[in-house]
Amino acid sequence: MKKSLWGLAFMGLLFCGMLTGCGDSDQPMVYVYNWGDYIDEDVIDMFEEETGIKVRYEMYDTNEDMYVKVKAGGNAYDVLIPSDYMIEKMLKEDMLLELNYDNIPNASQTDPKFLNQPYDPDNKYSIPYMWCTLGIIYDANMVTDPVDTWEVLWNEKYAKEIIMLDSPRDTIGIALKALGYSMNSINPAELEAAKVKLQEQRPLVLAYLVDQSKEKMISGEAAMAITWSGDAITMMEQNENLRYSVPKQGSNYSIDAMVIPKTAQNKENAEAFINFMCRPDIALKNTEYIRYSTPNMGAFELLPDEIKNDGAGYPEDSVIEECEVYLDPGEAIALYDQVWTELFAD
Amino acid sequence: MKKKWLSYPYMIWMAIFIVVPMALVLYYAFTVRDGEAVRFSLANFQKFCQPVYLKVALRSIMLAFYCTIGCFLLGYPLAMILASKEYVQKRMLLLLLILPMWMNILLRTYAWMTLLEKNGLINTFLGNFGLGPYQFLYTDIAVVLGMIYNFLPFMVLPIYSVLVKMDHSLIEAAEDLGAGRLTVFRKVTFPLSIPGVMSGVVMVFMPAVSTFIISRLLGGGQFSLIGNLIEQQFLWVGDWHFGSALSIVMMILILISTAILNHYDKDHDNEGVGGLW
Repeated sequence: MKKSLWGLAFMGLLFCGMLTGCGDSDQPMVYVYNWGDYIDEDVIDMFEEETGIKVRYEMYDTNEDMYVKVKAGGNAYDVLIPSDYMIEKMLKEDMLLELNYDNIPNASQTDPKFLNQPYDPDNKYSIPYMWCTLGIIYDANMVTDPVDTWEVLWNEKYAKEIIMLDSPRDTIGIALKALGYSMNSINPAELEAAKVKLQEQRPLVLAYLVDQSKEKMISGEAAMAITWSGDAITMMEQNENLRYSVPKQGSNYSIDAMVIPKTAQNKENAEAFINFMCRPDIALKNTEYIRYSTPNMGAFELLPDEIKNDGAGYPEDSVIEECEVYLDPGEAIALYDQVWTELFAD
Repeated sequence: MKKKWLSYPYMIWMAIFIVVPMALVLYYAFTVRDGEAVRFSLANFQKFCQPVYLKVALRSIMLAFYCTIGCFLLGYPLAMILASKEYVQKRMLLLLLILPMWMNILLRTYAWMTLLEKNGLINTFLGNFGLGPYQFLYTDIAVVLGMIYNFLPFMVLPIYSVLVKMDHSLIEAAEDLGAGRLTVFRKVTFPLSIPGVMSGVVMVFMPAVSTFIISRLLGGGQFSLIGNLIEQQFLWVGDWHFGSALSIVMMILILISTAILNHYDKDHDNEGVGGLW
């Protein structure tokens, strides 16, 4: 009997050890949770060296993965970099802390164009990190028609040459936009029309992919794909026949911004980290590494002219004015789910 | 009985990682959110009975069925070759069969993408003879091919283990009594190997019906399978209740196939991998 108690006690100890993990309580820490491949990792070393704060860095693939993990608790992250609609959702659920701008003087570098967006009207909770547009990347050797409207995705000439996104929000959003509706529509009739539109397109689509579309476009497996401008720039560097275009009906443009969740244990270190990321030379390093567009005016000035004037990364204001930032559909997400399920059931 | 405490770590493990999650899945599946409150309901299962979800379920079952048939047609002859007394390179062949399983399923499936794509190896080869290019990738055929490739060893090994233990004197007796090779196979070898075939069928059908990564990579996300639906509910819609109900449906499918296996096992000795269940 005694032995069994010891066994239990030992197991208990083991589990406690596993749960708390190994952490040196004296050293200042900051726990950062960011998208995969979404930072120049040298920046982390520089931050540790300059501030003496140790960074524990983890990565996620989608906003939804991040949300589920933060919501479930467990790891107390200090800095997250979600996209616009996810910030709105987290704000609705009261998951974020208000930022203390006294600790983030570099925030003044942010281009006002990207501030005061509907997802966080006064930027009390978030500071933009990167932005991009959603558009069409196409192979100029295979596509002979002008790619300036979404209708080109419904052109039968390109049957089985089109790659759409395996992402309900973006793909349904494109159909809504092609029909002249808002990408944030929660009107059942409009979503029904979008479903019919996508059903018409389905025989023409080669595949619905996300990350794989990069290699498919680079190796010339398809004529057109939906992608984000940052990825488009990476692809165009590897295949000179590729071009990127944001249709004139407008599209989505998206902002990923830095926030501090309520569960954070090291708020001031988190603000120091955000401040560091907003420093022009650091923002420059990041944008040059990951190829997404920076909202940081200081970093933009430091960019070489050919990038500044490149329409893919930094389109004219008129293009952006037609674009919408995603909003959290709330309960209406069930409508999107229904469209998506019905689209792929047959 | 003295060493009973040795089993405690395992019991704790089971409790934390099997019993508690199962209870949670059951709890979510049989409840719905009603504003802030949560109440008992069968609405999730009612929702599953809508034609759109049944179609997805049927599709998963059909693809798994084709995959199982394909594995059986390819696997049975292979198991016979492996089990035959004359064949000396047996070890080598077994090793070759198992070797790919040491690699991650994602890598194995990615390899098929390189073979099947428009500028891939097969189309380049056909191109030398002025054929193609054909669209192999992102079709149902590619999905079934990928499943058969990944799950074939699960069919071959149980059949092999039954065939290799088979009492050879029975076959000799049949031959002595004047049965031809085909009759021996039809009347003796095959009936005796049924337990192996049944474990093979279940072992292939179970992972095939629940897979979604193969269909996503090789099918290009053109059709939903049950696995995709579950992922969508948890990650995207955030409806854990319906997602759990779908998981339960999938578990029931797998339970049914295990029950079929047990039924056949009762009539025979526990041959092959079937004895595990």
